[in-house]
Amino acid sequence: MPRNEYQPFLATVKEVIRHTDIEYTFRLAYEGPVKPGQFFEVSIPKFGEAPISVSGIEPGLIDLTIRRVGRVTNELFEHYADRKLFLRGPYGNGFNVDDYRGRELVVIAGGTGVSPVRGLVEHFANHPEEVRGLTLVAGFKSPQDILFYNDFSRWATKINLILTVDAGEGPAHCQVGLVTEHIPQLKIQDASNAAAIVVGPPVMMRFAIQGLLAAGFAEHNIWISQERKMCCGIGKCGHCRINDVYVCLNGPVFNYTQGKTLVD
Amino acid sequence: MGYRLTKEACDGVLQKLSLNHTLFAPKRFTGGGPFSGTDLIRYGKIASADEIVLDAKSAHSFKEALLPITETLFYFTEEQMKEPDPPAQGVLVFLRSCDLHAVRRLDEIYLRNGAEDYYYKRIREKTRFALIGCPTAFDTCFCVDMVANRSDNYDFSIEQDENANYLIDCRAADWAALFEAAASQTLAVEPSFVAATPTRVGIPALLDAGVAAAAMWDQYDGRCIKCGRCNFSCPTCTCYTMQDLFYTDNGKAGERRRVWASCMVDGFTDVAGGGCYRPKNGQRMRFKTLHKVFDYKQRFGYQMCVGCGRCDDVCPEYISFARIVNRLEEALREVKSDAAE
Ligand code: SF4
Ligand code: SF4
Ligand code: FES
Repeated sequence: MPRNEYQPFLATVKEVIRHTDIEYTFRLAYEGPVKPGQFFEVSIPKFGEAPISVSGIEPGLIDLTIRRVGRVTNELFEHYADRKLFLRGPYGNGFNVDDYRGRELVVIAGGTGVSPVRGLVEHFANHPEEVRGLTLVAGFKSPQDILFYNDFSRWATKINLILTVDAGEGPAHCQVGLVTEHIPQLKIQDASNAAAIVVGPPVMMRFAIQGLLAAGFAEHNIWISQERKMCCGIGKCGHCRINDVYVCLNGPVFNYTQGKTLVD
Repeated sequence: MGYRLTKEACDGVLQKLSLNHTLFAPKRFTGGGPFSGTDLIRYGKIASADEIVLDAKSAHSFKEALLPITETLFYFTEEQMKEPDPPAQGVLVFLRSCDLHAVRRLDEIYLRNGAEDYYYKRIREKTRFALIGCPTAFDTCFCVDMVANRSDNYDFSIEQDENANYLIDCRAADWAALFEAAASQTLAVEPSFVAATPTRVGIPALLDAGVAAAAMWDQYDGRCIKCGRCNFSCPTCTCYTMQDLFYTDNGKAGERRRVWASCMVDGFTDVAGGGCYRPKNGQRMRFKTLHKVFDYKQRFGYQMCVGCGRCDDVCPEYISFARIVNRLEEALREVKSDAAE
C-alpha cells in the first residue's frame, strides 16, 4: 500500500510569537526538506485543516504564521499554543533560490503575503553577496496589521527596505501609501535583467505587476505566488485548479509568463 | 471467450462472484424518478442478473463505488486517530463503455496526479468491471464524438439476446472456468457498441483558454442555479471537500471525512478570510466546461468528458452541456474578432 498522505504527523510548538491579536507565528520543531514558499496543512482533529505557508526556516525549525480567521485557526489559537500540532506537508513547489542568485531582486509583498517570502528574504539578507542588491517593499493596511516588525528592524540595515502602511501613522522606518506607489521610485540599475517577486492580495498583485512592467521589468523575470483554496495539497480535491495547473502541485510559485495565463 | 447463459445460470455465476465481491449495478427504483410515474435508475447492490438495468441509462454514475459520496478518512477519539478498516470485499461494477472510460479519468487523478490516494487505491485494487453492452444510444449520449463508445478493458461483458438469455464475453482468465461451467453454449461474443449518437458535439480543434472572455458565459449567470447536479452525476468529476465533525456535545470523539464537492456550488473557491475566486455562475460554467473539453486534455493528453450525457439528463434548468460545447466555435470567433478590433 502507498503511504497514507492524509495521515498528519505531530510537531512540537517551540515558541509562539504574537504579532497582533489575530496573527501569531508558531515556531515548530521540524526535520526534513522544506523551501520558502511551500505550505503545510495544519490539521486539527474534529476541526479541520488549513493550508499555511512556511514563513521561516531554520535548522530543526519551521515557522508558520497564522491568521485567526475561521474554525480551524480559532481552535488553534485557543488551545494549541503550547502543545503539539498535527501537520501534513510540505506541499507545493516553493521558491527556487537559484532563480534569483546574482541578480538585482525586488520583492513586493502585501499583508500575509510577507509570510511566503520571509524565508527567502532572510536568506539573502544573511548572504548579501549572493544578490546584486535586494529591495523589499512590504505593505500593510494599517500600523496594527504589521507582521514581522522585528525582522524589518533587523533587515533595515542589510537590505533596501520600504515598509509602508496604506493609511495611518506607522512606526520608525515606515512610510504611508500603497506598495505600488513605491515602484516608480525603485533604484534599479538594470531593470530589464532584474528579478521581482510579487505576493499578496489579487488586486495588489495586479497593480504591482503593471508597475514593474512599466518600470522596465521583463515578464519572465517576475515570479508570483498564488493563494488559493488548498484542501488536500496533493492534487486530488480540485479546489486549487486553474486551467491545467494544480496550484498545490505546480505552484503556488509561478513565473509570470505562466501565471498571467491562469484564469480563475 | 464468449458464452450464452440462461438467466438461472447467470444468477448462479453472479452468486459465486458475490462471495468475494459486492455486485454494484444500475437498478430500477420504481416511482423514484424526477417526474411522477417515472422510475429512477441509480446504482445499488444487486444479487441477480434481472436486477441489472440493461435498457436505460442511470441518472448517476458508478463512481460512488470507488469514491463514496461521504467517506470517512479518520476516526478521532481524545487520544487516537484511526483509519477505517479497509473494505473486506472487492467490488464488481457493471457499467457502460463511457463509464469504463471514466475510470481511467478517476485513476488519473487519484493514482497519478500527485501522490497516490490511499483510500482510493485500496478499493480500486479490489475492483473489477463488467461491461454493459450498448445496442443503441440514448438521446443525450455523445460518446462517439468523445471516443468513449468502445472498450476492451473489461473483465466480462454482459447483455441479453432476443430470448432474454445472457451473452458474455469473458476476458478475465480467472473467471473463464466459472462461465464455461454454467454456459449453455460457447460462441464468439462481441459486446454491442454504438457507432452513432443522436446528440453530436464538435470541439473546436484550435480551442484555447482565450474563449473564457466570450460573452456566452454571462447567459448562464441567470439560467444556472448552481445546484451542482451536473457535477454530482458526472462520472469524471472527482472533487471533494474535507469535513471534520464531533459526534457528541462534549466534543471528545469525531471524524474527518471527505464529501463530493462541485465547482458550480457556492463555497468551492472560498479562502480563509472571505475571498472567493469565481463568484459568477457563468464563470463557473466556463470553468467546468473548459475543464471537460480543454484544460484536462492540456494536462493529461486526452479529453476528460466521456459524452455520457448525464449532466444534460439531470439539469433542472434544462441547460445542455452538449450545446455549450457546440457554441465554443462561435465564442472563439467572437473573442478573436474582439481582439482584432
Ligand atoms: S445542473 Fe444545471 S443548474 Fe445545476 S449547476 Fe449544473 S448547469 Fe447549473
Ligand atoms: S461532462 Fe456531462 S457528458 Fe461529459 S462525462 Fe460529465 S456528465 Fe457525462
Ligand atoms: S489542494 Fe486539492 S487539488 Fe490542490
